[in-house]
Formats: sequence, structure tokens, C-alpha cells
Amino acid sequence: MTHVGKSISHESARGHVTGAALYTDDLKTRFANVLSAWPVCSPHAHAKVVSIDASEALTMEGVATVLTGDDVPGNGNTGPARQDEPLFPDVVVYHGQAVCWVLAETELLARQAVKKVKVEYEALEPILTIEDAIAKDSFHTKPLVIDSGEVNATLSQHKTLSGEVHVGGQEHFYLEAQAAIVYQDESGGFQVHSSTQHPTETQMIVARVLGLSSHDVSCQSLRMGGAFGGKEVQANAWASVAAVGANKTGRPVRVRLDRQRDMALTGKRHPFLGRYKIAYGDDGEIFAADIELFSDGGWSLDLSEPVMFRAMFHVDNCYRIDHLRVVGRVCNTHKTSQTAFRGFGGPQGMVVIEDAIDRVARATGLPPEIVREKNFYREGDRTHFGQRVTQAERVTRVVDEVKRDADFAHRREAIRRFNETHETVKRGIAVTPVKFGISFTTAFFNQAGALVLLYADGSVQLNHGGTEMGQGLHTKMLQIAADALGTPLESVRMMPTRTDKVPNTSATAASSGTDLNGAAVRDACQQIRERLALVASQKLGASKDDIEFGDGKAWVFGSPETTVSFAELAKTAYLQRLPLFATGYYRTPKIKYDEEAGSGKPFHYFAYGAAITEVEVDRFTGQYTIVRADVVHDVGDSISPLVDKGQVEGGYIQGLGWLTTEELVWRQDDRAKGMLATRGASTYKLPTLGECPEEFHVRLLDRATEPSVIHGSKAVGEPPLMLAISAREALRDAVAAFGSGGKRPEGIPLGCPSTPEAVFWAIQNVTARVQKVAAE
Amino acid sequence: MPISFRLNGEEVVADGVDPHVSLLHFLRDRGLTGTKEGCAEGECGACAVAFVRRGPDGKTRYVGMNSCLVLLPSVDGQELVTVEGIANGDALHPVQEAMVETGGSQCGYCTPGFVVSMFSEYYRDGRVAGKDGFDPESISGNLCRCTGYRPIRDAVVQLGLPKKGDRHLSRLDDAAPSVAAVEYVGAGVPFFRPLTLKDTFPILAKHPDATLVTGGTDIVVEVNQMERRFSAIVSLESVCDLYTWDLADDALTIGAAVPLSQIEERLHGTGLLPMLEQVLPLFSSRLIRNRATLGGNIAVASPIGDSPPVLLALDARVVIASASGEREVALDQFFTGYRATVLKPGELIKSIILPRPFPVVSKFYKVSKRVMDDISTVAAGLAVDIGDDGKVTRARLAYGGVAATPARAYDAERELVGHAFDAASIARAKEKLATAFTPMSDHRGSASYRNAMVVSLLEKFAHDMSSELGSAS
Repeated sequence: MTHVGKSISHESARGHVTGAALYTDDLKTRFANVLSAWPVCSPHAHAKVVSIDASEALTMEGVATVLTGDDVPGNGNTGPARQDEPLFPDVVVYHGQAVCWVLAETELLARQAVKKVKVEYEALEPILTIEDAIAKDSFHTKPLVIDSGEVNATLSQHKTLSGEVHVGGQEHFYLEAQAAIVYQDESGGFQVHSSTQHPTETQMIVARVLGLSSHDVSCQSLRMGGAFGGKEVQANAWASVAAVGANKTGRPVRVRLDRQRDMALTGKRHPFLGRYKIAYGDDGEIFAADIELFSDGGWSLDLSEPVMFRAMFHVDNCYRIDHLRVVGRVCNTHKTSQTAFRGFGGPQGMVVIEDAIDRVARATGLPPEIVREKNFYREGDRTHFGQRVTQAERVTRVVDEVKRDADFAHRREAIRRFNETHETVKRGIAVTPVKFGISFTTAFFNQAGALVLLYADGSVQLNHGGTEMGQGLHTKMLQIAADALGTPLESVRMMPTRTDKVPNTSATAASSGTDLNGAAVRDACQQIRERLALVASQKLGASKDDIEFGDGKAWVFGSPETTVSFAELAKTAYLQRLPLFATGYYRTPKIKYDEEAGSGKPFHYFAYGAAITEVEVDRFTGQYTIVRADVVHDVGDSISPLVDKGQVEGGYIQGLGWLTTEELVWRQDDRAKGMLATRGASTYKLPTLGECPEEFHVRLLDRATEPSVIHGSKAVGEPPLMLAISAREALRDAVAAFGSGGKRPEGIPLGCPSTPEAVFWAIQNVTARVQKVAAE
Repeated sequence: MPISFRLNGEEVVADGVDPHVSLLHFLRDRGLTGTKEGCAEGECGACAVAFVRRGPDGKTRYVGMNSCLVLLPSVDGQELVTVEGIANGDALHPVQEAMVETGGSQCGYCTPGFVVSMFSEYYRDGRVAGKDGFDPESISGNLCRCTGYRPIRDAVVQLGLPKKGDRHLSRLDDAAPSVAAVEYVGAGVPFFRPLTLKDTFPILAKHPDATLVTGGTDIVVEVNQMERRFSAIVSLESVCDLYTWDLADDALTIGAAVPLSQIEERLHGTGLLPMLEQVLPLFSSRLIRNRATLGGNIAVASPIGDSPPVLLALDARVVIASASGEREVALDQFFTGYRATVLKPGELIKSIILPRPFPVVSKFYKVSKRVMDDISTVAAGLAVDIGDDGKVTRARLAYGGVAATPARAYDAERELVGHAFDAASIARAKEKLATAFTPMSDHRGSASYRNAMVVSLLEKFAHDMSSELGSAS
């Protein structure tokens, strides 16, 4: 293959570095009479909207109108899973929720006019924590259950320990906040520009809100400035507001959230509470686990149910636990509606089991890595939901390889010596593995389409259903298409993702973009190539089966000196009246899951990885540095190594942020109950260059072909995020080093995210040196 | 009068634009959409642009700034380069090439800001190519959510040196534009940028409600995020009297409007004030430090500003100027309450005096979630002088983030003075520190953590000092 497997730069890299690459809101100046929208946001987390008086705002110069529920021609509910998301609510159910929207000639005017809209509320009591939701029986779903083996009986036969861990949420902080521009075009249809991962759903919901059919609405997602799941369903509301405005005013309407509103109004990674009871042996073997997972779903169902399922599917991580019961509940709280975020529940499930594993290690006095290895899946094992763990040997392989790369044994010993001679700083190290199931667990999403248009001059337009958010999907699709057609990359132009090119697409999510769309693209290209092969066989006087393609030429196998150009073949095919376009399609075979039984094969395959992280912790403050990280990650045969390495590194650092510095805080005081206190870059701390370890070694696993996926590759978007759990466990290791050593059945409790404060208290707990000063 | 400036080599004129409009939004409304808004508070750097400025060394240089924090009229008479002005036609600039090659862009949204920061760094006078010349500070003010930074770091590290004939390099051979006074009105709001204090006071007299802005790194955030509006704006950034740098035998005097990055540059390598040198990289990102000032950081009187603990520990005095003359106030008398100071209408901070001799032993500590580019949970400027007899002659324990104002712990200081700086006196000081303040709980940290830090940082100070002094002997 000429292009597949090569390290090439992102297809838009040139546009990125020159500023020429456009994002949705960059299109604003292309619409001369565009109106800007700004939301009137609720100052309560839970309240009845008694009245809205926009009269003063409407008198302001430059204010076009104020959108309320009366302006919705269709169904004013944008809930994707369940219709539980009114666009213009009568009862606000989270702090900051938009009650109505001002449209004005400029954003500045709209923002000033918003201050003049008088809304009367009747405040109600909000539910703001998982514990409170449990106490008040406030849930979005019935309990979801997977129950394998004989959990109760096994727990009663062995030593057990119980634990509880709160896992923090995470703000996506895509650099490009939510944005949409909608206008009615010259044919009467509505054109939607949206920064969305799921153009088909945005199209469908905009149509529903406008009371139209899907064919009346086209949605384009040009490219996104990051998404990470945050634009999988949460882009729909903003496009709908713009559509309602465009419908009412007859003018283009733009909605873009600034960072504050984006953080206050949109959902995040679900905070979780995990409770577990583990049966274990003195050698570290885990016999049974009884696990309860509670997620904070926020105000609407959103994707919380499949997120919880994925958490339950990953609560085993890489460990065989024959008797495992996991019960998941999605709490209904008065907060932003928590949603998809890279890993989709998987990371939270894994943090819970890794927490439990460490407890077993501390209780038995064994090194945590020994307890982990003791319980690794082996070939032939099945998960708690009954799926065979294919390529289970890769768990051991990636761990062994990363230990070798990182010189783990020597460094373990060096750290032990370091800690012996240092009182106020300690180092810690940990190795953790990742096994991540690939496929949408909602089976019907596992399909994709493509449309390839070959023009008579030999140039190609490539359309597929996937969206580009920086993950390099378009780059890989170009590589696949160029190879499938035998053309140079430059001959293929990637078109913006549009629902009028490929219909009924799935969200670009679940790491599946390349698996699904790549196969569809190849399917379409192969059909065209077949037709061109026929033409070439006539021109070159050989059998169709002997025609080879490459670099924009075709030749007869064994006679590369005589060629015919791709352009000439296209021209000839056109003159011979052969169709030069093709649609491609792919559906993932053999996946099925029975929710009632709690078993099946929800995943097409698993992706594996392992990481080792070393940290250094300061006793006085709890502050720490990530000294070094090593990763070996399984992406199958990489289609695009530069892209894949970028995904692995970026995933690790994003996971590191989630587990360390990124702390979401909702205010509990009466002055602003339920307000997100951390709603800006100055209060919510993503990793910077300073958090990227100076020694950061990422290697893609070699000899890793996945035979059931396009070009032997594997999905890469989500799995690497969970490699960062090694950093959390390394911090715990360092905290433990401040203690006296020996067995600690009570474990080394460590808050999550492990902010310096959390680490400081963990050290205090271990050393019991200083009593915790007055309660908060 | 309309304002005008040079943008990517072309003259741009703006008139009638509301002076609250940021340079960022002005650029984007002109269709220069390469410059992005990521946070509107100077934290993410996606809006970075490079100004052509005269450095403290007298040479012309590129200075990166967050365009979201620059009010449009303050750009009058200046010259700047945006991401669109960096490449040479179709030929990418070396920093752009490097970013493309290493995979430094994924979603691409933060990339223009990184490119601009790297551009400024590329032309830094005296930069050495390669790893040794890499200044991580140069991209400390740019957030990336996709890459994890490794490829971006590699892109900076692999940069060569500019070649002769490079038009951006040639530009630096000529002087940076010198600015004139500005009197501008947009949307009914007057904006002034006087050149001297003498010219400033009559404006303040005529517009007593005017808001003073220098770097704008605090107040423009409120403009951007809370729609704060002023009846009149007076920018002090071009007032020559506020740019003093005077190192005398008895004191160092620093003008209120000297950007922090220039203070850093002037102190670098002198060993004069290690504590001040220490605070600056932790204070904020380079993009902010290129614009933020000591005068501003003191005047906004935030309890979590990073410079006050250091300046308190240095016994700083504030020179306050007004039409009727000047007065000096010790910094520990300057703050009167939460974001309140002794400044009266018509007064402004002219300079900060740091009396000599400077403390012998001093350290700045910042406790925050993140090392770079974060706001303190607790900050401390700790300094002691130890006499020949081994006894402490002066102690300054100054903290931020633990009270309504930056504050000294006088009781604890008294426990140290007159005693050896040993376990016993430190233990007594710690006892006082434990109840010295009643901090709040907020999203940066709990009250109990803050209290614990007040004590723990003295302990850390003692530990660090003993190991430093120990290794010195």
C-alpha cells in the first residue's frame, strides 16, 4: 500500500498553521445580515419560570427579537433519547439553563439586551449530589444489572474487603465552543452549519423543532475544534435555537457559546460513585466482586444509559473475575446533563476496579503490579457479560513490553532507594493495563456510508458519514481512498461532512469512525476501481484481473513500463457511459447484547494498552510532578502512525488532566446553589505543557494485526485515555511511601481527581502526622 | 479621531467602534478568523498575536499577547502580525513547517495561537537553536486539548535560526513604531491614552469616573465575561513616567506600568532579587506577563494576586501620584479590604519601591492545582534576615489567598525575630500561623487546606533553607 500505514500530517495541517482552516463560527462574516443569539440564563438550579418580560430589551436599538417557546413551529424538545429536553423550559432544572434567547445585530448588543430581560422565578429545592439523589430516589433509569457466577456464595467463602470511591467528572474543554449558523436557502430548505459530531441527529432534531421532514434540512459539520464526545448529542440544542430564529426572522442566525456559557450549559463526563465488595486470596487472586455504580446524570437522560452500560462492561478492565455482579444507576440531579466523553463510562468503571485492586494489594502486602498480573485475562477467558476476550494474551504482552521499555524493575528499586533517603519528597510508580471494547453498544449505530464521486478529469470528491474533530479521521479516509483507487492523495478532495451527501449516518463516536467509515469508503472506491479496471483491460489488452493501480496510473501485472493514466481511464469510462460515482456501505457483523440477560457480544473486538507512570510528590503541599510516562498501545496495524501516536499521547494527557488537576466544583451555598464554580480556563485547570512529562515515550504495539477490521487496524480514539490511570496509581504509590509500610487493609484512600489538596490529605491520612484542621 | 495601526503590513483604520471591543473581535469581524477565541480571559492563548515592540534592550522585537485582553483603541499607532501574516505567500514559515511535520496540530483550533507564540520565540534575540535553547515559557500560555503537547514541544525544539533575508527578521532591523497620544470616542465612550502623567491628571479631573487600564489582563476579563462597561477609559500603558527602572544604593524603584516580562528580563542573571525572579514565571503565562504590570496587580488588590506576598516580604512601598503631588504608602498599609485600597479618586500608582538591603534568605511559594499558568490557592513570600549571631533580625511572612487582602502574619514573624531560626522558634511561629487567618473554602481549595498550607509552607521554607544553607557550607 502506498498511503495506508505511512506517517502523514493531518490533512488540514496547512490550514491549521496558517489560520485558513475554517470552523463554524468563522463563517459568520460570510452572512451579511446574520443575527447573533445570546441566552437568558437561569440564576437557579431548580425553579418554575413564572413570567418572562422582554419588553425593555425589545426597545433597544439593534435587538431583532426575543425567542420564546411561542416561536417554535414544531416540537420544541431536543432530547435525543427521550423527549426530556425542552428548548424553552417552564421549569428550569439546572443553573444557567437558557430560558429564552435574544437575537440582535451584534453579539455585543445581544449580550447587553439579555440583561434587560426580566424573568420571574419561583425557586425550588435542587438535588446536587449523587448521595442526595440516592436518598430521594431520583433516578433516570431502572437499575441496570450484569450478574455472572455465584457472587454472594463466593463472597461468603473468602476474605473480603469493601470500599467506596468517588470519581470526578470532566469538562470537555474542546477549544472551539459550541456553535451553529442556520439560514433558509434559495430553495426554501434550512441549511445548518453546526459544530456537531452527529450531523444526522442535528438534522433530524432541527427538522422536528421546525415541524419539517428531514429532507427539508441539511446539516454540515465542516470541522470541529475538538469535541471528545461533547458534541455527540449536545450540539443539537444550539442548532435548534438558530433554526427557530432563522425561521422567525427570515435571516441567518448564529449561536455560539462563549467559554463560560459553554461550561455552564453543556454536559460533562459523568461523576461516579463506586461501591465495591471484593473476595480475595492471600496470593492476590480476586474471586468475586459485587459492585454498585452510581452516575450523576444531571437533568436529562442524554446518553447516560449507554454510558452506564459501558462503565459496567469495563468494570473488569483486564481482570478475570468469575463471580461478578455490577448494578448501575443513573442519578437525576439538577446539574448539566452529563454526556459522552472519550471513554464513555469506561474510564470510571476502570478507576473503580483499579481502586479495588490496590486495596487488595495493600491488604495482602503484595505489590499492586503483582496483584494485577495475577488476575489478568488469559486466552479463552470470558468477561462477566459472557464475551470471549479475544487476543487476551495482549494484556500480558503490552504490560511486559512497557515494563521492558520503561526499565520498570530497575526503576522500582531506584525509587525504593530514593524514598529511603528522602523524607519530604517521595516517588511512586505504577503500571496499569487497558482493555477497551470497540463498537457502539447500541447495535444499530454500527453502520456507515460513503459517496465517492469521480469526475471525468480523474479528480475525486470523497464524502463519508464521519466528522472531523481533530482525530485525523479525514486523513485516514484519504489514505484509504487513495490506495483503493490507486491515485495520489492530491487527486482526492475530502468534502465537508454533509447530510445531503450521506444520509442516516451515525455519530462519529465510540472510537469507531475509521472502522466504520473506512470500510464504507473502501467499498465505494473498489466499485469505481472495478469499472476502471474494465476500461484499462481494454486499453492495455489484458484481463481485468491482471490490472494494477497505483500513483494515478494503471498497468498490467508484470509490465509496469506501459501505463495508462487514471485521468484517461476516467475520461474513457465517462465516454463509454460507465457510472463514475459509487456509494459504499459497511455494517459491523456479529454483535449482539441482551440487556435483560446481561450477556452477549456487544463488542466487535478489544483494544489493549499499558502505561507506566512515575511521579514525585511533595509532602508539604501535596503538589507533584509527573516525572516520566511510558506507553505501549495496541492500534492494530496503524493506518496512520503519526495520527495514531497523536491520539495515544493526547488521550494519556487528557486522562491525566481528568485524574489530577481538572476539578469540577458546583456551589452548594445558598447564594448560588448549583452554579458551576469552575466555568472558565482560569478556574478549571487543563494540563499545560508543564504537565506533559519531560520523558514521555509512546510506542505503538507491533505485530498487532486485527484481521476483522479495515487494513488490520484498531480503533484508537478512546482507549488511551485510560492509560492515565497509571498516574493516579503512581500518586497513590508515592503517598503510601510516606507511611510506615506493611499491610494496610484500610488501603491508601486518594481523592479523585487527585489534586494537590487531595494528595496532601492522603499523605496526612497515611502519616496521621497532623490532624485535619477544622472541617470545611 | 479614528485610530489606525499596522496589521500584517497594511494600514488599518477604525472609527466609531466601541472601545470595549477587543482586538480579537475586531480582527474576526474583519474576516481575519485565524485568530480564535478559546476562553476570553487570557488563559488559552488561541487569540495570540505578535506586536512589534521596542524591548528594554532597545532592540525591536516581536511580543506575543492575548488579543482578547487588548482593547481596540489601545492598538493605535502600533504594529502587529496575526497568524495570517506569518507565511510568505504559499511558502509556510519555518514554525508552521515544524508544526505540520511533528503533528503539532490535531483539531487545529489552538494552533494559530501556538504558531504566533512560536513565531515570537523564533525571532528572540540570542536564542540558541535546539533543545538547549528551548524556552518552555514561550508556549506556556497556550492550551492544547488534543495533542498532549509532546509534538508541539518537539516542533519548538527543532526550530533552526532565522535566515538572512527573512522579511520578519528584516523588520526587526528598524525601530518599532513610537506611539502618540490617543483621544478616541466610540459608541459614546471616550478612550484616552496619554503619554505623560502631566497630561493624565487633567483627563482624570474631567472624567472622575474614568476607569484606569494598563495591561488590562484583569479588567478586560470582566469586560469580556460580565459585559462590564465604563463611562470613560484611560489607558496608562504609554505614560512614560510609569516606566522607571532605577536601581540605587538604597532601593530598586520599578515603574507601575513596566510589563512583568521586562522586570524578569532586567533581573535575569543579576541574582539581585531571587524571590521576585521566582514569582514571575509562576505568576502567569508569558503572553500575560508581556502585558501585565506590578502596578495593576497591586491596584486590583486581589487577595490571590501573586506579586503582593513577595512585595510585602520585600517591605515594598507604593508611590502614589495625583495632580496635587506624590505620597508613599507602605504596601502593608495599602490594602484596606477585599479588592479595596487607599487609592483615592484622581490617584494612581506611579511606582513601587523595594528598599535595600534585600532579605538574605527568601523564597516564594505558590500552591495551586497546576504549576504553570494557574491562580494561587495559597501563595507565600517568606523572608528572613539572620545576623552574625545567628539570630533572626527581620522576618516577613506574607500570604495570599488566606484573607480578604494579601496579608502578613505579624504574630508569627515576632516569634522568629530575636531567636535562632531553629526548630523551637519555627514551632512557635507555626503555632501562631495556625490561627493567623480565617480563609474561605472555594473551588481552588478548602479552608482547612489553606490553613494547613499557611503552616506547612513555613515548614517547607525552613526545610529548603536548611538544605540550601547546608549545601552551601
